[in-house]
Amino acid sequence: MIITQLKDINEIYEMVKSYNKILIAGCDGCCQPPRSINEAKVLGQLLELKARTEGKELKWKAITVLRQCDDRIAATTVRPYIDDYEAIVSLACGLGVVMLNKVLPSKLTFPAQDSMFGGVQNSGENNFIEYCEECGDCIIGETGGLCPRAGCAKHLSNGPCGGMVDGMCEVGGYTIPCAWVRIWTRLKEFNRLDLFKKYRSPRDFRTSTSPGFLVINKEYTNEEEKEEVEN
Amino acid sequence: MAKRKAYSQLCKAIEAGHFVFTGELEPKKILDLSEIIHSAKEMKKTKRIVAANVTDGPQGDAYMSSLVPSYKVQEDAGIEAVWQVTVRDRNRVALFGDVISGAILGLKNILTLTGDHTALGDHKKARAVYDIDSTQFCEMLSIMIDEGTDYEGNELKGGKIEMNFGCVANPNSNPREPEILKVGRKIDRGVDFIQTQTAFDIDDAKDFLKDLEQYNVPVLLGLFPLKSHGIAWYFDNYIPGVSVPKDLLKALKKAEKDNKGNKPGKYAAIDKINIEFFKPFIAEIKKTTKAAGIHCMAVEYERLFAPLLGEYPEYVNYSM
Repeated sequence: MIITQLKDINEIYEMVKSYNKILIAGCDGCCQPPRSINEAKVLGQLLELKARTEGKELKWKAITVLRQCDDRIAATTVRPYIDDYEAIVSLACGLGVVMLNKVLPSKLTFPAQDSMFGGVQNSGENNFIEYCEECGDCIIGETGGLCPRAGCAKHLSNGPCGGMVDGMCEVGGYTIPCAWVRIWTRLKEFNRLDLFKKYRSPRDFRTSTSPGFLVINKEYTNEEEKEEVEN
Repeated sequence: MAKRKAYSQLCKAIEAGHFVFTGELEPKKILDLSEIIHSAKEMKKTKRIVAANVTDGPQGDAYMSSLVPSYKVQEDAGIEAVWQVTVRDRNRVALFGDVISGAILGLKNILTLTGDHTALGDHKKARAVYDIDSTQFCEMLSIMIDEGTDYEGNELKGGKIEMNFGCVANPNSNPREPEILKVGRKIDRGVDFIQTQTAFDIDDAKDFLKDLEQYNVPVLLGLFPLKSHGIAWYFDNYIPGVSVPKDLLKALKKAEKDNKGNKPGKYAAIDKINIEFFKPFIAEIKKTTKAAGIHCMAVEYERLFAPLLGEYPEYVNYSM
């Protein structure tokens, strides 16, 4: 899931204050915490209140989209409304905001959220944690299924560093466990310190150069096309 | 890996079996090198300090870069520098460029470090680089020294650089095994020497040195004489993993309190505490371990060198 944080209401208002009618689009997709129709309504009310304190009247409508990052779903869900509104505020992650701007180019879509990271919720705890930074060069087969790139503040391939104290990381005031100590603990448990001792060469950052772009390998997606190539 | 030739005075002295001492200089946020040069000259005068480490933005703070002070220390004070380079602020391209610049300026020792995270420093919003880690930096240096190319194998015109390089190890590390294994990875990348973070517990330090013996690489144990109670307190509270013995903290506090308004008296009392603690410590390390020497991080506390190290043989310049 994509972990997001709502922006400060003043920041969102600054983006839309020049408009009188805005459409607020929630997203039912993977963004966490959930930002669906209810959150869109609450944001509308807050923006309306904020506008009033500035002596202005703001009209808004809240809708939600199954997945804003899907071009067809986003376009078909939002298009029927846009003629009546001057701008759109998206409660999706950054992908949704970009997609609405792309498929509905006649209106500007503004982000109501900061997209933080791809992560998971710690069950039973009110927090989210980044387990994968989608680097395009996965090494967790060597590290006991724990990622030192997402998990280590210094993204070390050959840790731990000197900032580890009693198994905790210097970043975050020694409240977060050192990823490399966790990796060592796990590999030791399976008698696989051979993997821990292994030297890992510098990363190839071409795999994570922005903008990420990947051509879908037709071989795996469409049997007919494969046959055509063979013929 | 075959042992590399000793290019630096430090490595030559170690090779000759000399129990070596290195000092530490800390360039800060200042547009002036006179204090650093003064400290370096004082170190040189002791005739016991082979080389002086020059730090690279400790605690993640934005300080003067370590390259130029390292050069100036060698030129103006005549003492060899151990140029500390962290991978925190520069990617592999910049590191390569800096290392060539350092080689041209005649620097002979590099100490590779990861570097304290920017989140700890005075520019907390900065992007920490960490393109390569300190182990990978060791590999890059080995390639530059032994092969005479950049990391990608492109020729470095003029040939191989003539330098030795070290890595750090942390005797305060808990758990210790991952630290020892990590040092092992660095040793395999061709490290010439190890300088450790500061130790205060003699038994712990001896255990740690014993653990490092398997790598057969010279180790300089880090010690940090405490110039004042304030510095000791700061070290105890803010340097990762370092705890100053409570007795030492108390004694320093008492020495400062008892000598309020009497500077010479205060200095004498503090020096006495340090000498009583560190002199037997060094003697014990020399006698009972295979340590190649001591990295004495007495930053801006040069007056301690003569009484602390005076009994050790003078260091002579080794031919280049």
